[in-house]
Formats: sequence, C-alpha cells, structure tokens
Amino acid sequence: MAISRRSMILGTAASGTAALTLAACGGDDGGNGGGGNGSDNGGGGDTGAIVMINGTEPQNPLHTTNTNEVGGGKILQNLFSGLVYYDAEGTPQNEMAESIETDDSQNYTITIADGWTFTNGDPVTAQNFVDAWNYGANGANGQYSSYFFESIDGYADISGKDADASATLSGLEVVDDRTFTVKLSSPQSDFPTRLGYTAYSPLPQAFFDDPEAFGEEPIGNGPYKLVAWNHNQNAELEVNPDYNGPRKPENGGLDFVFYQDQETAYNDLLSGGLDVIDAIPPSALSSFESELGERAVNQPAAGNATITIHVDDPNFSGEAGTLRRKAISRAINRPEICEAIYGGTRTAATDFTTPVVNGYSDSIPGNEVLEFDEAEAKKLWDEAEAIQPFEGSFSLSYNADGGHQEWVDAVCNSIRNVLGIEAAGNSYPDFKSLRDDVTARTIEGAFRTGWQADYPSMYNFLGPLYTSAAADGQGSNDADYKNPEFDEALLAGLSATDEEESYTLGQKAQEILFQDLPSIPLWFNNVAGGYAETVENVVFGWDSQPIYHQITKQA
Amino acid sequence: MTWYVLRRVLQMIPVFFGATLLVYFMVFFMPGDPIAALGGDKPLPEAAQARLREEFNLDKPFLVQYFLYLANIFQGDLGSTFRGQSISGQLADAFPITIRLAIIAIVFEAVLGIAAGVISGLRKGTWIDTTFLMLSLLVIAVPTFVLGFVAQFVLGVQLRVMPVNVGRDPSWENLLVPGMVLGAVSFAYVLRLTRTQVAEVAAQDHVRTATAKGLPRHRVVSAHVLRNSLIPVITYIGIDLGMLMGGAIVTESIFNIPGIGFHLWDAIRAGENTKVVTIVTLLVTVFVIANLIVDILYALLDPRIRYVSKS
Repeated sequence: MAISRRSMILGTAASGTAALTLAACGGDDGGNGGGGNGSDNGGGGDTGAIVMINGTEPQNPLHTTNTNEVGGGKILQNLFSGLVYYDAEGTPQNEMAESIETDDSQNYTITIADGWTFTNGDPVTAQNFVDAWNYGANGANGQYSSYFFESIDGYADISGKDADASATLSGLEVVDDRTFTVKLSSPQSDFPTRLGYTAYSPLPQAFFDDPEAFGEEPIGNGPYKLVAWNHNQNAELEVNPDYNGPRKPENGGLDFVFYQDQETAYNDLLSGGLDVIDAIPPSALSSFESELGERAVNQPAAGNATITIHVDDPNFSGEAGTLRRKAISRAINRPEICEAIYGGTRTAATDFTTPVVNGYSDSIPGNEVLEFDEAEAKKLWDEAEAIQPFEGSFSLSYNADGGHQEWVDAVCNSIRNVLGIEAAGNSYPDFKSLRDDVTARTIEGAFRTGWQADYPSMYNFLGPLYTSAAADGQGSNDADYKNPEFDEALLAGLSATDEEESYTLGQKAQEILFQDLPSIPLWFNNVAGGYAETVENVVFGWDSQPIYHQITKQA
Repeated sequence: MTWYVLRRVLQMIPVFFGATLLVYFMVFFMPGDPIAALGGDKPLPEAAQARLREEFNLDKPFLVQYFLYLANIFQGDLGSTFRGQSISGQLADAFPITIRLAIIAIVFEAVLGIAAGVISGLRKGTWIDTTFLMLSLLVIAVPTFVLGFVAQFVLGVQLRVMPVNVGRDPSWENLLVPGMVLGAVSFAYVLRLTRTQVAEVAAQDHVRTATAKGLPRHRVVSAHVLRNSLIPVITYIGIDLGMLMGGAIVTESIFNIPGIGFHLWDAIRAGENTKVVTIVTLLVTVFVIANLIVDILYALLDPRIRYVSKS
C-alpha cells in the first residue's frame, strides 16, 4: 500500500518505496545495482564535504518512537545509534551492543559497550534504553511506533490508552549500568534483527524533561548530530565528533533537502543541486537509467504488492476460492507488467516476502503458482467452476491517488483474456477511503494490498499479515485468513535459536501459504534512485536508503 | 467614503462565519478517516489513535467540533496539525513567501500586460499587435505546469541560471521566474483586456478633441485613454490577487516553494480540518480586502463614481 504522501500531482506516485512506513538503517542484500565502489572507499573524498540528499519535511517532532514515515526516519537513523545496525547485506551487526545473548529466543541478556555518550555529554546507560522503550510502549503516550514493543512481556498491560503514565514493561529489567534483560511474551528468534530500528534507540534524560523541545532539537548518540531543521526546506546534519561506533562517517555531514515533488528533486540532481536521490519520478522511470548511466540504482527493496480477497467473499471461499485465487495468480503475466508499466522498476514476486530480507528464498516449493500459465489458470478455474459456479464479475479495488490504475487495468485485462470472465478495476478516491472499507471488512471483491518491512526479517512479512492473531482487525491480516497449521509452523520458526534453522522453518511456513494462497503476491518494489558525479561509494541498503555514513564526496 | 469602507469591513463578518462553516463542513464529510491514514501501511496503535482523536476533538459531533475550533480561533490559537506542528508557525513561514510570489506575479502581469496592451491597442492591426495577440494566445493555451516544467528544465537544468529548488532560498531573485510563470496566464488576459479597452476609448470623441486641441501624445494616452480604459483591468487584477495566493499550488509544487498553496494541498490530502479552514478563511479575507481596494480605486480612476453613504 505504498503511497507517496508528497507526490503533488494526482495519480502519480514516486517509486514504490515512498511509503508512510519507515525502515531502519542501511544494509544491502542482493543486487548491487550501480552501488559505487563498495566499502573500500576507492576514490576517497573530502571528509568535510556535505552530502545533499532528497528528503521530505518530517511529519512529526523528531521523536524516535513517534516517527512512522520516511521523512523523519532518515534523519533519525543518522542521529541515533541503537544496539545494532544493518550492514551492507542487511544483517544486524552490533553497534552499541557488546553482546545479545539468549538460550531460548525468549529471554535475552543485553550488554552495551562502554564509552558511549549523548551529544550533551551524558553517558548512555542501560537505563536510557529501558526508559525509552517503556515510554514508547506506554499507551498514555500514544506513540506511533509502540507496536514495536508488543512482543516484550507486559506490553498488553500498559499499552491501553488509559494506562498509568508511569507504568513500565514487566519484561525489562536493568541489571547494571551496562546490562539489561528482556523477556518476551513468546519466543521470537528474530528479535535481535529488529533492534536496528530507530524506535529501539536510547533516549537521554533531556527527552523526558521536555519532549517538545527535544522534538525540535534532538540529542542523540549517532554518527551525526542536527545543526538546523529549517521547516519545509531542509535539515542539516554534521558529524558527531564523539561518535566512535562502526558507522564512522566518511563525509562531513548530510543535508536532507525537502521536496514536495519527486520531479523537482530529480531535476535538481541533474542540475547539480543534489548528490543522492532515493526515488525517481514516474515521468523519468523509463529514462533515468540512460540519463544516469552507472549512477542509476535499481534494485529490489523491502516492500511488495499483493492482491487480497476476504475469505468470506462468496466467490472466493472454501475449496473453490483457493482454486480461483490460484487461477487468478497464474493468469497474471507479472514480468510483462513489471517491464511495460514500471519500466523494470518492479521485480516479479517469487515468495511472500522480498529478496532483501533475511530468510528470503526464490525456490520455496509451491511458488510456481506465481508463474504465468494460461492453460493451468484455465484448468484451475474450471475445477473451481465444477465445485461452485462464479457469479458476477471480478473487481479489483485500488486507490486512485497512488498511481495504481495502470497496473490494475493490466492485471484485469490479463484475467479477462485468460479466464474469460468480466474483470475491472474499482477506484477509491484515496488511500484512506480504501483502507476504511478494508478495515471495516465492507469491501467487496479483491483489493490491492502491500507491505513495507520494518526490519530485514522474513517474519516481518508473515506474522503481521497471515497469522490468526492478526485477523479480525487485530493486525493487518486483511483477508482474515486463519490456518492453525500455519500459525504452528510460524511459531516453530520463531522459537528456533539457530538463525539458519529459524529461516528454514519460516520457509516451511511459507509452503503452507503457497497451498492456501491467502493473498496473491504480485511483485517486489524496487528502489530506483541515483547519484551525481560528485559522490562515490553510494550503496543502497535493504531499506531503500543509501548507507549514509560511507558516502564520499569530492570537495 | 469612511462609512462605505466601514460597512464593507462589517460585511466581512458574515463572510467569515459562512466560509468557515461551509469549509469545515466539506472537510468534515470528506471520505476516509484521517487518523487511520496517518499509519500508512500499518494501522496506528489503538492508544495513539485514541490520543489523537481526543486531542483534536475528532470524537465529537460536527457542530461541537466547529464551535470548539471557533473558540480556539478567538483565543488566538490556530491549533496544530495532527502531526503536532503549530499551524500558526507554519503559516507565518509560508505566507511571506507566497505574498512575495504573488507580488512578483501581479507586478509582472500588470506592468507588462498593461504596457503591451496599450501598445497593441494603439497600433491595432499592425504587426506588433498581431505578435502580442499570438503571444497571449500561446500563453493561455499552454497549461501552467507545462510552462513551469519547461522554464525549470531550460533555465534550471540546462542553462543553470536559476536554482531548480527555489524553496531552499526563496529570495526575491530566485522567485522571479516562478512568479512570472504564475502570472503568465493573467498577463495574457490583462494584455487582451487592455488592448480592447484602449482601442475602444482611443476611438472616442473626447480623445479626438484632446488630440485636436494640441495635447502632446503622451498626455492624451495617459490622461484620456489609459485612465478611462483601466477600470475593467483593475477589477481583473484585484480578483486575480486572491486567485494567485490560493492558486499557486501547481507553481509552488514545481519549484518546491513551501508557500500557502503547498500547505493547503497538504492539509486537504491529510484531511486536516482546522488547517484547511484556517487557510481558506485567510484567502477569503484576502479576496474581500482586494475587492474593497479595487472598489476604492474605481472612485480614484473615475470621479463619476462616488461612494456616498445615504443615511
């Protein structure tokens, strides 16, 4: 459901990753699409030079647990250091953490490294983490990112809106200045993978004293510190001289320039007013790779697009429903649509997650259901017809403000041609009215859905979308798909203590999804971006953001 | 005259209430839940939604919301956006920029439009008249955003004589091109309007008399032709001022100028009742005041029009 809030001309969206959701720090897994010289700092650069990057005005005060959109997120991830950060492969590496230990994937002991300080001189202690997490989780504070703490024991008790403002998570305990323990309410083997997200950052006492002032001038412990936030114009960051972690900046600072329209940002890149751009406007999708040459970036990102149909839809329930969803899936020529409509800036889906998350596999048994096959589609449809005849027509609802009409029309044409049924798009004026009907379960027929990962783990694509616990409005299981077998398989994966084993089990759970096909994966969003001749070492990470600290710029 | 102005100012009060109520009503009944939409892909946590609904009175019925809004306004509190930014602060940043932009556009359309219109009108049928007419047709036919993108691409990207991103430093100098783009269509209308009027007035008896009695040509044109031709032009420019303030959405977006148009668009998209209403009300006020100034200018231009209060 990625929509671009800043795309000013109706019906267009910046490349698919411009979502409201935010992802944490950089890393790169898979395709190194035009990604500079890697990390060897080949050309070198001026360590005083400021790198200019496109951004959007942060929608909230700069609070780590209350920022859920990219504009503020990209700034915060450079101002704060959490326990881990994500490397070029998207794997978590210790940043502030010295060790994160567990025997059962449910109880963790976290030790933080010595010598870290906030930019106001305060040392960073275990208490700063625990306080920040408690604040984020407490319902009285109503933080946007509170759901990040929901797997911590005691979350249910303090997350209601009537919670006592001083209530704390029972699962967190400070042992000493450098150690604290975390008890989760159930085993979650990918918990350490989440900790690179900005919401898990430590907060200094200054935040609790005056959150409002802090939101304008945050005090962090990250590789950069804020110089000035000129509202609706830009945010300037300079290197934090006290930072001694692994994300040591190779440049002199970052300047996030805010744009209302991607078109302007792209023109600014061409005219030399901008060094790095992380989204390409629709009008330039077909030309940016030739215009930027080796400096164009086009690689899979952490979001996907899917079609969902509620399990109670009369045409799509029961055995016949499963057959029909499979028939529709096989009636869609994904690679052709990705090429023709998106100019190759989408990648045909091969599983329910995306290639940049840990645990992704393109060879999960059953995924052939995502391949275009007219004969097979027709056959599956006929089998369904034998059980229960199809009534009415196939409608696919979408929001008209996100640039979706073209692919919806293409998909509907494909279905009509292959299956011989009536199929048409059904447009909602905007994203919020579409989501209202989806959430109220009053939507009819199929509708477009999508997911943007918060952290690079396959489980982030599975748990919130397909478990029984996430159905009935309790999460984002919009189809209300429930299969105890899947729930069990997922839990087994999350309980594993060995990372490899955990992901293998997660893939097993996906096999069940391919059997049931609760949603129809279409394609992975790519990050399409680029950079100017002035900069080098620009590598885009799993979260569609460049790895900021390693960008070098010639003076 | 004073009475006339006072009466006109008093008339603004019902306009204010009518406009706010109407706009509030329209935004209130826009489809969709603005709070739910803040979450994007992921639903906002219940507690966060509840906090926002309570803070912004969204859990109350329409009229209660409206009156609470009015009460806050009269206490000088324009409120904040759902995302917690002060609306008055945002507008204080944005208005000067938009006003600068509108002034450039108005000056451009008035000075150049009237000048070209006078030349055209006095030399009706000559090559220079034809050239101006063709030019104005062209400008009217090309949509503003095309003009804007072309100007940006040619002047910003290719020649690099102006910044692509004007919003970074919205100085008078940098706003020049966006202002001209914004005023371009009105320039064409002003030109055509002036041309027709001038041509008509120039053919009248009193002008011929003035010429016959030996007045120098510039006196004839400025005192007799121009003064009598300008009333409809002034009316147009006056109304245009309001249009330029609110209608700068496209231009501001192309050149990335954080002005009123940008904030209005943003607020409509986000379903921010209070922000939309506040901006629209301010724009209505600008309209009303511009109209008042135009009416007063009538009297100065044409002594036959006098506003006398008949008590």
